[in-house]
Amino acid sequence: MVDRNTGIGGTPVEEVVVEASEALRDRAKSYTPDSSWARTVDHFKREWQLYVMLAPTIIWFLVFLYKPMYGLQIAFKDYSIFRGVANSPWVGLEHFQVLFSNDQFIRAVWNTIKISALNLIFGFPAPIILALMFNEILHATFKKTAQTIVYLPHFISSVIIAGIVITAFAPTGGIVNIILGWFGVDSIYFLTRPEWFRPIFVGTGIWQEAGFGSIVFLAAIAGVNPSLYESAVVDGANRWQMMWKITIPSILPTILIMLIIRIGNIMEVSFELVILLYQPATYETADVVNTWIYRQGLQSGQYDLAAAAGLFNALVAFVLVMTANTLSRRYSQTSLW
Amino acid sequence: MMNWNLYSRGDKFFAIVVSILVGMFTVATLYPFIYIAAVSFSSGFAAQAGKVVLTPIDATIEAYGYILWDKQFWISYRNTFIYTIGGTIMSLAFIIPGAYALSRRQLKGRRFFNLFIAFTMWFNAGLIPFFLNMRDLNMLDSMFGIILAFAVNAFNIILLRNFFESIPQSFEEAARMDGANDFEVLWKVFVPLSKPAIATITLFCIVSRWNGFFWAMVLLQSEEKIPLQVFLRHTIAKLSDDDEFAIVQTAAGFSAETVTAAIIVCSIIPVLIVYPFIQKYFEKGILLGGVKE
Repeated sequence: MVDRNTGIGGTPVEEVVVEASEALRDRAKSYTPDSSWARTVDHFKREWQLYVMLAPTIIWFLVFLYKPMYGLQIAFKDYSIFRGVANSPWVGLEHFQVLFSNDQFIRAVWNTIKISALNLIFGFPAPIILALMFNEILHATFKKTAQTIVYLPHFISSVIIAGIVITAFAPTGGIVNIILGWFGVDSIYFLTRPEWFRPIFVGTGIWQEAGFGSIVFLAAIAGVNPSLYESAVVDGANRWQMMWKITIPSILPTILIMLIIRIGNIMEVSFELVILLYQPATYETADVVNTWIYRQGLQSGQYDLAAAAGLFNALVAFVLVMTANTLSRRYSQTSLW
Repeated sequence: MMNWNLYSRGDKFFAIVVSILVGMFTVATLYPFIYIAAVSFSSGFAAQAGKVVLTPIDATIEAYGYILWDKQFWISYRNTFIYTIGGTIMSLAFIIPGAYALSRRQLKGRRFFNLFIAFTMWFNAGLIPFFLNMRDLNMLDSMFGIILAFAVNAFNIILLRNFFESIPQSFEEAARMDGANDFEVLWKVFVPLSKPAIATITLFCIVSRWNGFFWAMVLLQSEEKIPLQVFLRHTIAKLSDDDEFAIVQTAAGFSAETVTAAIIVCSIIPVLIVYPFIQKYFEKGILLGGVKE
């Protein structure tokens, strides 16, 4: 990555480096501040540029991410637009009582968990299996082409994905119903049927992300020590045995970390795609916490109640992510961040 | 290690089965795109009658005619370019200097600032407080608001900071010898050495801007400000339950299905053009970021 031969000002890098570190040491010696205050002033005199560089980012985080956290207090207030966040009266846990006696909210929590569970059961193994299969393909061009194609859907927007799903599952003229027609099955209006929402949603997710998700596992496979395979060949093992006895055990740490991340993100269902695919007829299986918040808050204007639901969601997610990080630290000695 | 000639009969069988399965998955990935392209070039009647499977039936470009004459289509297309280019430049303007400062050991409060940024990955206030904050900032229905409010995220900053930290100290010291200040060190030493990482972040920004939908839908009201994805959504929703349109289309050669498909094709084309160039970066990039995301 770094071109070692590049000289700076015509001098070879090593020489410059030696000179530079000596000069820096001399400079450090020449500063002998007498008090901690003088040291601090001195520090900012020398390093002010760093703080100038950092300031815009810190201000951005304060304005766009931390200020909303202050605004979260409306979850405990009777919020009115005219009074604003600070002046609305406190109502304690009233919104949370309303939430937990609201059947639709409870349903949304369960739907979130159910969709995530399905994603975990079917969506999690898919990229691992795909990576293992890519690893068995000898033909380089075929492999490269297949990879290029299966990575592609990751870069397509949810609006387009939803457009494709809507077109493909259309009751008249949609390809899915055309194929079912060949087998004599009557046309089904899939997107209005609650029992079909989750299979279609999870299936779409696998179609879109399995390929891209395999990159991480392919990298792990590439890191397996080749001598393991060589000695297995000497022992007369076949490819199937090598996959089970060498490849899978070797990438197990990666699998474990990815699994932990997934569990940490259980409350995060890609609700953008849900909004694009669900309709009142399928709310009973499709409505997740964030879509419920979207309808209650942004569409119906019940900001305080929706903010309370958001706070609940964020707290559960926070606990899950922290637990996941602790677990991964324990198993892999490296935390996720 | 893998040599076809050394394979036993069982290994060869296994390799062939795997190749067929991968081939099937690849075709299944590609097929919906081919199907949509075929629908977009078919007549409205053929599409509704369920005749389109692989190739256009009664080939026509009527659906494209309908969409390309729509002024709103071009407005939203232009807006998407503005959001993508403006947003990506804005992101880099924040992230590159920010990540550099955070990567310097001499920065006081470095641990605190890092935690301050990382915390937003674990906890965020949610949709409603974010929306109300945007309203308080007077950034509803503002193109600049969209560009600014989604410019930074913790993940990209941490990714670049880690990369900067991995650059050997000696490069900085050498530049300092020549009297370079922090801005010069960043611009003349770190940025050139970090091209792969910066390219990756640029790619992430471009993709998320090009595809951005939800907040654009929520925050923007004026038609002349919406990006392509919102226009696409409006059109799909409008076509699927507009009786007036159903009457018009019988006379013309298109239908809701073919027009939807045509818009999908039009908005995918730029992605397909850029895709081969970015591919080498995202494979690297996803590994740069470790296993996060």
